[in-house]
Amino acid sequence: MTQKSDDGSSSAPEIKELEQIGRRSDTRDVLNHATHQAIAQYEDYFIVDIDAHVSEDQFWGEVLELIDNDVWKHIGLDQFGSFGGGNALLNLAPGLSQQSVGGRIGHQGRREPVEGVAGHPFVTAARRGMDALGLDYQVVFPSAMLVLGMHPQDEVEVVLARAFNRWLTEVVLPQDDRLKGLLYLPFNTPEVCEELVEKYKDDDNIIGFTVCSTRNNPVHSDVYSKLYSMIEATDKPLAFHSGYHWGDPSFAQLNRFLSMHALSFTHYNQIHVTNWIINAMPERFPKIKMLWVESGLAWIPFLAQRLDHEVLMRPSEAPGLTKLPSEYMREMWYTTQPMERTDLGMLEATMKFFNAETQLLYSSDWPHWDWDAPSTISNLPFLSEQAKRNILGLNAAKLFNLDATRKRPPAQQTLDERPGVS
Amino acid sequence: MAAQNIKPLRDVVIGKYDQLRTRERVVLDIDGKEVGVYFEGDEVRAWLNVCPHGGGPVCQGKIMPRTVHNFLPGGKSGGLGHHESERNIVCPWHGYEFGILSGEHPIKSDVKLIAVPVRISDGDVILSV
Ligand code: FES
Repeated sequence: MTQKSDDGSSSAPEIKELEQIGRRSDTRDVLNHATHQAIAQYEDYFIVDIDAHVSEDQFWGEVLELIDNDVWKHIGLDQFGSFGGGNALLNLAPGLSQQSVGGRIGHQGRREPVEGVAGHPFVTAARRGMDALGLDYQVVFPSAMLVLGMHPQDEVEVVLARAFNRWLTEVVLPQDDRLKGLLYLPFNTPEVCEELVEKYKDDDNIIGFTVCSTRNNPVHSDVYSKLYSMIEATDKPLAFHSGYHWGDPSFAQLNRFLSMHALSFTHYNQIHVTNWIINAMPERFPKIKMLWVESGLAWIPFLAQRLDHEVLMRPSEAPGLTKLPSEYMREMWYTTQPMERTDLGMLEATMKFFNAETQLLYSSDWPHWDWDAPSTISNLPFLSEQAKRNILGLNAAKLFNLDATRKRPPAQQTLDERPGVS
Repeated sequence: MAAQNIKPLRDVVIGKYDQLRTRERVVLDIDGKEVGVYFEGDEVRAWLNVCPHGGGPVCQGKIMPRTVHNFLPGGKSGGLGHHESERNIVCPWHGYEFGILSGEHPIKSDVKLIAVPVRISDGDVILSV
């Protein structure tokens, strides 16, 4: 529907009908309001998104083709062509994947329309998201592999890690300098993690390393000492990316996806931070840069206070420490999403508690259901202009040694090219 | 959704009521102001297409039956069900829901959509924007 108003004057309004947004909507249409927010709030900021996902399950067949073990490649491709599809070899439980709330949130598991566009469809979808959100860089990470640490077969984690890292570095990242990657480490097999760090440590598109937090490995174990030393020597950060796992006996008590999701995403990183600090890992690996991803922020003051409280009473159980856990936690870095913001007073206190101005990095988690736009930071009334700039990009540039000059097109250009029809 | 300038409202005829009501919902961009117009029984409502959560295109999401938790005698749970008549507007960005007629979030009623004046006159649907 496009029509003029009936007042007949030269100022008759232009009326355009907007379509429903769904799984097949163009990313630039879904994010059209965010592009307007970019113009209004942060057009001249340098913005880095440390955690986004696109939907690599559509390209899972390409990853499976790169598996270097004949047997697992055969099994993977056989599953891919039959019942497994985009979940081939993976340990996801499709019936428990209720992120879209019964299809209400269409961008979770989206299918970008990219027909007729040159280049890899993953890159096209990512570029549209970056332009629409106003991002200079985006770190892309595999959604489907977030719970791979719970896979009962360690060798599957290994072959998929090797294949995925090849796909990321050989197929995706070379196509757009604004896309960067954190290397997937198959943490259940430390010696393969070491092999992969050695192989990729000088790849400029790999700006750090990731362990998916959803797993039961004690991070302070000496089996990882060599790995941490190697990562420390690269000067690239080590990120722990949290996730969920409904199969965990504690979470199996929870009968709603929201309950399990709310607790488990903070749970795994709390365990790993606790082990990391109480076992004096910051003293043993003083130069390693630790980044905690996708647990939001509210858990940080909770855990820091709990640990401070107990460490003061039981110093004999954490004798390697030379300061309080909260002080070590203020030397680590955190990503924003999913940032709890229903009580701005609490959020302000939280950010103050861990020096968010220098330690916090914006992350979108796009296109997952609980993603955050950059406006979640630019809108905050209590942050200084400099704090907003730091959190949205400058802290990331410093931590990841990124060139902080503008990389993205003007937001208005994005709107002109795609004014938003749906 | 261009920045909204403060200017006096003016009436805009968006179409015939008899035709539009068969559509259930239309979302219009009128000189950069985006409005969702809903037809529910004999009622009509118009809401700004800007979600109170994060500014998302709330009116461009799905319309879903309101979900209810059925309570049984003795404090027992009767499980989940769809409300037999009430339906919600669902924001496509993160799933906030709002009653079509009330514009209110089902759990926190002061989280609500911004109403746009709408009326029917001589068979026309007229928005004041
Ligand atoms: S912007 Fe509407 S639910 Fe978040």
